[in-house]
Amino acid sequence: MAKIKFIEANGKQHEVEAEEGQSVMQAATNNLVPGIVAECGGFASCATCHGYVDEAWLTKLPPPDAAEEGMIACAFHVQPNSRLTCQLKMTPALDGLVVRLPVSQTEE
Amino acid sequence: MEERIVIVGAGQAGGELAAGLRKQGYKGRVLLLGDEAHPPYQRPPLSKGFLQGKVALTDLYLKPLASYERFDIELKPGTRVEAIDRATKEVSLGDGSRLAYDKLVLATGGRARPLSVPGLAGARPENLFSLRSIADVEAMRGRFIPGNRLVIIGGGYVGLEVAAVAVQLGLRVTLLEAAPRLLCRVTGPEVSAFIEKLHRERGVELRLSCEVRSMELDEARRQVREVGFACQGVQERLEADLVLVGIGLIPNTELASAAGLAVDNGIVVDEYACTADPDILAIGDCANQPSAYTGGRIRLESVPNAIEHARVAAATLMGKREPSAAIPWFWSDQYGLKLQMVGLSTGHEQCVTRGSVEGKEFSAFYLKDRRVIAADVIGRPAEFMAAKRLVSSRVQVDAARLGDAAVPLASLAA
Ligand SMILES: Cc1cc2nc3c(=O)[nH]c(=O)nc-3n(C[C@H](O)[C@H](O)[C@H](O)COP(=O)(O)OP(=O)(O)OC[C@H]3O[C@@H](n4cnc5c(N)ncnc54)[C@H](O)[C@@H]3O)c2cc1C
Ligand code: FES
Repeated sequence: MAKIKFIEANGKQHEVEAEEGQSVMQAATNNLVPGIVAECGGFASCATCHGYVDEAWLTKLPPPDAAEEGMIACAFHVQPNSRLTCQLKMTPALDGLVVRLPVSQTEE
Repeated sequence: MEERIVIVGAGQAGGELAAGLRKQGYKGRVLLLGDEAHPPYQRPPLSKGFLQGKVALTDLYLKPLASYERFDIELKPGTRVEAIDRATKEVSLGDGSRLAYDKLVLATGGRARPLSVPGLAGARPENLFSLRSIADVEAMRGRFIPGNRLVIIGGGYVGLEVAAVAVQLGLRVTLLEAAPRLLCRVTGPEVSAFIEKLHRERGVELRLSCEVRSMELDEARRQVREVGFACQGVQERLEADLVLVGIGLIPNTELASAAGLAVDNGIVVDEYACTADPDILAIGDCANQPSAYTGGRIRLESVPNAIEHARVAAATLMGKREPSAAIPWFWSDQYGLKLQMVGLSTGHEQCVTRGSVEGKEFSAFYLKDRRVIAADVIGRPAEFMAAKRLVSSRVQVDAARLGDAAVPLASLAA
């Protein structure tokens, strides 16, 4: 079990438990965290599970592959620390991960 | 008494709505009734990774069972709703019991359109399949073995995705399509030709302009042995070990029409997902809704549409009014190639491509009055959102610049 803290664009925080191997997106949807839409169900096809990974954690994550990079390029409100949460798998090293959510996953 | 929202159909739309209500802080009871044995699950992988054996059953589930319990969503799988009594505001269930509602949401999806041909009447052959549910895939699994001859009827997404999985697993696949080209209803001739080539290269036999005329069963009438068809006037027969019919969906509207609600290619709702009965809503594949994008009514069959409808219905039930403004989009996956489509290309006057069709990386833009009304993005995901913006902004574009991959798409959107 590892903890993830999601912070909505309005500042509201949600601390959830994730199992090892589970995606960060799945941890959010299992816990009804608002702000993650996840239309494609985790297949890097929709960019509606986009989140900003806190700088301190960014280096602990493997870099995005080509599929993720392509989809981030087409997400809304992209920042340098943008990732697709469905592509991030939880490991013990990520316990305490902080992910901020964009104002919207589906519009500007 | 505590207010109760009863949702009929525990699929993509129903599951999303139940979760959405809790996310928005709804305090009353939420009952989610579904006739399948499973909690809400994703259907897209059924014809892709799940059929191929690459996605596990529980990975299809949108949420684990524990999540429903934790958020006080009363999920009742294996529960079929048989009728709606609008006068008493109750539904009756398969076991004869009745359940009261304050608000009722129909999220009943649809069922596979059956094929009607001579020879099939009254028979339910074990090797004739359609693909709509986990149960359908489980029934097919045992016959997905190398060397088996699979005949697919219908060249839409489901048929093509199954063809792709099947040839990759070593089956011998023939696909029969009635129209002169594949994906005829949803894409332009350029993309149809590309998809056709993609499948032929991988060894799928394609027969276009082809009408299925008969099925020959074995003596016990338990197996289809041969499919008879006419292809551009020439009669043919094909031996088959299994047959998949993927010829579209019939929306499940019977509950609504028996209750006296308007049905016209889906349950008729307004832009807030409401039927004419103020206490009954309908969402997802079964609902026919006004579309800001087309200006008319539309019934769509896609996950983004189911999620958008659920969002609109949750707002309505929370006493807010948030009409749907979404633009239709859809994705598919064949041979690991990502296809993303936005808008509806019907009625386009010109098709402009950008990128390399040979390199399997291109976008096709459909223009009408110099505006992009739809786009198919193949293997170029980074272009998809820019394409979406072009479709939603309705700006006029210069076809030459649109077709020039050196000009950034974003600069055209203005
Ligand atoms: C094989 C396949 C592949 C697909 N691929 C894609 C894709 O790549 N991309 C995409 O966007 N979309 C895809 N789709 C479409 C997408 O899955 C649907 O649009 C979506 O599931 C619609 O959600 P829904 O909730 O309206 O209906 P469903 O998910 O069908 O759910 C309806 C549920 O209601 C139940 N039900 C019906 N009547 C009753 C009753 N009287 N009582 C109780 N329960 C009832 C049904 O059994 C079903 O479980 C695919 C669909 C299939 C079948
Ligand atoms: S859920 Fe679709 S890209 Fe992550």
